Amino acid sequence: MDLLLFLQQLLNGISLGSVYALVAIGYTMVYGIVKLINFAHGDILMIGAYCGYYAFTWAQGTASPGLAIAFAFALAMGISALTGVVVEKTCYRPLRNAPRINALITAIGVSIVLENGARVLPFMGPNPRQVRIPEALTGVLQFSGLTISKVQVLTLATSIALMLVLTLFVQYTRTGKAMRAVSHDQQAALLMGISVDRIVSITFAVGAALGGAGGVLFAMNFPMIDPYMGIMPGLKAFVAAVFGGIGSIPGAMLGGLVMGVAETLTKGFISTKLADAVSFGILIVILLVRPAGILGKATREKV
Amino acid sequence: MFKKGLILALVLAFVATLLPACAASSNEIAIGTIMPISGPVSAYGTQARDASQMAVDEINAKGGVLGKKLVLYVEDDENSPEKTVNAFNKLVTEKKIVALVGGLTSPCTLSIVGEAQKRKIVLVTPSSTNDTVTDAGDYIFRSCYNDSFQGRVMAKFAGENLSAKTAAIIFDNNNDYSKGLKDSFTAAFTAAGGTVVATESYATGDKDFAAQLTKIAAASPDVLFVPDYYNTVSLIAKQARSAGIEVPMLGADGWDEIANNAGDEVLDCYYSNHYSPDADDAEVKAFVAAFKAKYNVEPNALAALAYDATYMIADALKAAGSTDPEKFKAAMAATDKKFVTGQISFAAGTKHDPVKSAVILKLIAGDAADKPKVTYDATVNP
Repeated sequence: MDLLLFLQQLLNGISLGSVYALVAIGYTMVYGIVKLINFAHGDILMIGAYCGYYAFTWAQGTASPGLAIAFAFALAMGISALTGVVVEKTCYRPLRNAPRINALITAIGVSIVLENGARVLPFMGPNPRQVRIPEALTGVLQFSGLTISKVQVLTLATSIALMLVLTLFVQYTRTGKAMRAVSHDQQAALLMGISVDRIVSITFAVGAALGGAGGVLFAMNFPMIDPYMGIMPGLKAFVAAVFGGIGSIPGAMLGGLVMGVAETLTKGFISTKLADAVSFGILIVILLVRPAGILGKATREKV
Repeated sequence: MFKKGLILALVLAFVATLLPACAASSNEIAIGTIMPISGPVSAYGTQARDASQMAVDEINAKGGVLGKKLVLYVEDDENSPEKTVNAFNKLVTEKKIVALVGGLTSPCTLSIVGEAQKRKIVLVTPSSTNDTVTDAGDYIFRSCYNDSFQGRVMAKFAGENLSAKTAAIIFDNNNDYSKGLKDSFTAAFTAAGGTVVATESYATGDKDFAAQLTKIAAASPDVLFVPDYYNTVSLIAKQARSAGIEVPMLGADGWDEIANNAGDEVLDCYYSNHYSPDADDAEVKAFVAAFKAKYNVEPNALAALAYDATYMIADALKAAGSTDPEKFKAAMAATDKKFVTGQISFAAGTKHDPVKSAVILKLIAGDAADKPKVTYDATVNP
């Protein structure tokens, strides 16, 4: 096994993993605040991907490629955030004090509604569509034997930038502080005068926006989109979030990268057929050794 | 007492709902078609359905079959084998079909051939090229050639026309069509003195092929064989070019429609197909003209094959003189006629695989940027 091939596969894995990380953040943020596994989050990725598709198609030839890409991200993140908030307000908020399993089943229901809704809508439809990415993004760069495509560069840059912005937002703004407070203790946060409803909405919006951005990146890396495209990446991002410690944002980033790298290296050096088995196997081991996940805090349930 | 009366009334009502169906069937012969009209290979399913319908309309315009009208019942299976089984059961029990055109892809067809044989329904698949499709029995036919032949054709073409010494393969490990082609290509290419330097697999629905393609790029083959359907092929092709693989890619009939579903990444690639719409042949010209007039689009190979399959069924019904399954099947086996996709006949005592020639098509730059077009390159005879 030569070093160059290993580095190349590692690069492929990090690029894939950074998309998983973006999507995983959405799972982990929502869980941190309302203790809900939002299974509809993978479908937010799908909505983001369709927004990106329309932005690229619309901008083809009319605008500069940089503008088209910025427009795609803005549109995808905006519409995804809107979808996230609407879903939260209409489907999850009425169930906030219901048993947790009810909300979970609702989440699965929302996921099915989004997928099949997309199949019925005339401008989405059941058939896969080819995404034509802007000309400026096709092609590869060579670094002393390593090949990296321009799309991979954009993927890495965008996801790192978004994660950085998110970290700054959560750590240093008032809203971020309020989010952390609500995640820590909802009742106490309420008593301190924090509007929990508002914070929950913002959390859904931010998580969904990142999921939408992940969708655009996904559509650029794998330029074919269909209404069911969110299921597999959604599932893997969920595993990544659990792996890193659900509720922890750095954990989700780490988990995403580990999932992407593990999957690619298994495909590259062991066997393609085992790729998913190995990534999910790692999860089982982690859950046995550290049930709270790598960066998760072990909390004891008070009776 | 009252309860019994109610039950009797319900039963009578139920029987009454069945009556119109029976009455209608006395002056029509029902055939079915199961096609992926939505989903990942919908470009095939919609055209195959349209072509079958066109054939049925033509036959009815000329007086139908055995003095009755031919009626085509269409079901969508979304290219999912489970849905193919459901659709087949529905067509057989509800619509009482005597013959089926379908399914389209090999995994879907393989899910129903056993049942078709058992129920004595003549099944003609227009396009399932996997070798094992016709193993189920003598009620199973196809209007296309099989994968042993197709894989051999591409291996021969790679070695002789492209002077390739080494080849790499990337295939779908969950798809019988893709696996069969991988096997026959490997066997023929190695037998001709070539070396297969890398064989990589993936699962149906995978979208990330970076790891496999990186390995293939490291093996630097002369050609890359990609036996899958157009949507996956275009994904693989884009990523292959990104991974620095610049050699020609080769494919099989699953590449039909690739020109409408991919960009410059498939330029200078070749694939084997069942017919070329540009062929200078009376049957082809008449079919292409009629299809274009009716649906305003150039028919793909699946359309031509489904059209042929429908005519094979109608001709055999006429020759048999009845819809009796035994006689009908025997007449099907005796088919020997020139159709749109070529002469079709079945050798006695063998599986019902027609012996036909294949055409090799090449993708070249089209009139608009990033819009490749297809051109005829060569014909390979069995």
